[in-house]
Amino acid sequence: MSILVNSDTKVICQGITGRAGLFHSQMCREYGTQIVGGVTPGKGGTEVDGFPVFDTVEEAVVKTGANCSMVFVPPPFCGDAIMEAADAGIPLIIGITEGVPVLDMVRVAKMLERTGSRLIGPNCPGIITPGEAKIGIMPGYIHNPGTVGLISRSGTLTYEAVWQLSNVGLGQSTCVGIGGDPIIGTNFIDLLEMFQNDPGTEAILMIGEIGGNAEEQAAAFIKEHVTKPVGSFIAGRTAPKGKRMGHAGAIISGGSGTAAEKIAALEAAGAVVAESPADMGDAVQRAIAKAG
Amino acid sequence: MKIHEYQGKQLLSGAGVRVPRGVVCKSPDEVAAAFKELGGPLAVVKSQIHAGGRGKGRFKEYPDQPGVVLVRSADEARDNAERMLGNTLVTIQTGEAGKQVHTLFVEEGLDIARELYLGIVVDRESGGPVLMMSSEGGMEIEEVAAKTPEKIFREEFDADYGLMPYQARNLSFKLGLNAAQMKHAGKFLPQICRFFVDNDCSMAEVNPLVVTAQDELIVLDSKVSFDDNALFRHKDLLELRDLSEEDPDEVQAGETGLSYVSLDGNIGCLVNGAGLAMSTMDLIKLHGGEPANFLDVGGGANVHQVTVAFKILLADPNVKAVLVNIFGGIMKCDTIVEALLDSYEKVGFNVPLVVRLEGTNVEKAREMLAASGRDIISATDLTDAAKKVVGTLSA
Repeated sequence: MSILVNSDTKVICQGITGRAGLFHSQMCREYGTQIVGGVTPGKGGTEVDGFPVFDTVEEAVVKTGANCSMVFVPPPFCGDAIMEAADAGIPLIIGITEGVPVLDMVRVAKMLERTGSRLIGPNCPGIITPGEAKIGIMPGYIHNPGTVGLISRSGTLTYEAVWQLSNVGLGQSTCVGIGGDPIIGTNFIDLLEMFQNDPGTEAILMIGEIGGNAEEQAAAFIKEHVTKPVGSFIAGRTAPKGKRMGHAGAIISGGSGTAAEKIAALEAAGAVVAESPADMGDAVQRAIAKAG
Repeated sequence: MKIHEYQGKQLLSGAGVRVPRGVVCKSPDEVAAAFKELGGPLAVVKSQIHAGGRGKGRFKEYPDQPGVVLVRSADEARDNAERMLGNTLVTIQTGEAGKQVHTLFVEEGLDIARELYLGIVVDRESGGPVLMMSSEGGMEIEEVAAKTPEKIFREEFDADYGLMPYQARNLSFKLGLNAAQMKHAGKFLPQICRFFVDNDCSMAEVNPLVVTAQDELIVLDSKVSFDDNALFRHKDLLELRDLSEEDPDEVQAGETGLSYVSLDGNIGCLVNGAGLAMSTMDLIKLHGGEPANFLDVGGGANVHQVTVAFKILLADPNVKAVLVNIFGGIMKCDTIVEALLDSYEKVGFNVPLVVRLEGTNVEKAREMLAASGRDIISATDLTDAAKKVVGTLSA
């Protein structure tokens, strides 16, 4: 079992004729994902490496029955592309693009409230259910099917975590990168709830970082609603205040959003928080052992 | 992107927001002339640097000279300007090094009845812009939020509809504005909210926002910054960027597509991915070292980027060792090592280099490292890498 995506998920790629869009569509197909086509306005009716290309998402949905879109559209047009997917009734939209203006995301978020589509990202590595479907830019081969659900604001740090999990013999049910931007479509709590309700997930690894208070809110949710063991890691203990650490959302502003606050909240909620990024896999093992 | 106070005020004024009359000056003579031009009994001479805390800040060269000063004559204005221009202002936000003042902004004095606080940001939680106001003008908002949160009033507004009249009224009543002041606020507040959205600001702060004896609302001090990701649609704003206010290494890194933040430690790090880069800093600290920087080379680093990254790291005299931490995903480890070896040669390493690689094509990459004959220390995992790099310093 898994959450959000599996071998039945039918995916289109918005921006499929771009370099990154095509490359990753190929990689996803190679992994076994059903990539049923792509969208590039003005290139409809053509084909690229066996993928049919459509002018609009609406047309792509009608012709392919897609129920998921992976978005590689450049930042200035990305908000518009997500809105197009939502308007065409795509229930799950994965925004990979980094650098979408914040106010564009404000408008996107408002529209999604109305249409009910779920957005993962933007500025995220995507989502993978090992052995079934990979929709995003993560290296597929490091993942193993299993029972740990993973949620993370980061990219390569997530790969590191998956690697550690696989090394200690823990496979993954589904891994979701929620993205490093201040405004994102799906947050920790949404996914904690899904993993809690997923019979195929037995433990959860949640990787946060400095900035905002999503981790604190997640901790409150864990305390109230999550009975499965939770391991965690928060990046940025040593980050200075007021400096953006790569991700647009990773900034300690006005003394809030520090790693210490987040770690304290998670520990108080019963999660096992790894002190070192080398111990993320270990933290999950300890959380499982603690739960008995 | 941050801009200077005077630039922010010029933009605000252009958007119809009321600001004091002011003159931008580069020399003491200009400052004296500005005083006369403004024509008042007093004026304020303000150092233009990107950091805050200027009023309480002092100059290195003249320890009694504040960064913002009230003057009552053209001569007094000129005297102060002479001690300010070209000198180094140290405030709580500049760090010990301080910032050199190249520009002064001379403004008319105002007849101040009350000082308020106003700030606009995009709120992560509600997913939209929020206008915050407080009766505690002049104080750091973080301090007010911590001590007396009940004195901060918030109105979330729609990016496209803007601040509605009832929202301006809500705030006005809560702040205890009189009828005449409220009338002004009904215009002022929606205008500054519109300014925030139209310019893709990441923050617009007016502290203090002055209520004059004439019941007008005027921006006294303002801080405006913009969403870097939206600058592509604001070419005019790009011209306001003052590179002399930014860390030159951070600027060079940005131009090369690297994300770099300079820190105080002595272990330089080069990592792919922001989360892993932050974690690498944490890891170094955990093992008793001090990171010299945050450096994310991104997902698709090439030889040029890695070379620039190494150059920036090694140019820092504090850097006594370098840790490279790469988790190869789509970016293959051997590609990174190729770039690494290539730039190793170009840059000329003079400090120990510890390399930890994992992920796609790692075997091939490790072989390449071993075969290179370079004096590079290989690490097997994160902990090993941290111990080895910290160990090179104590050895």
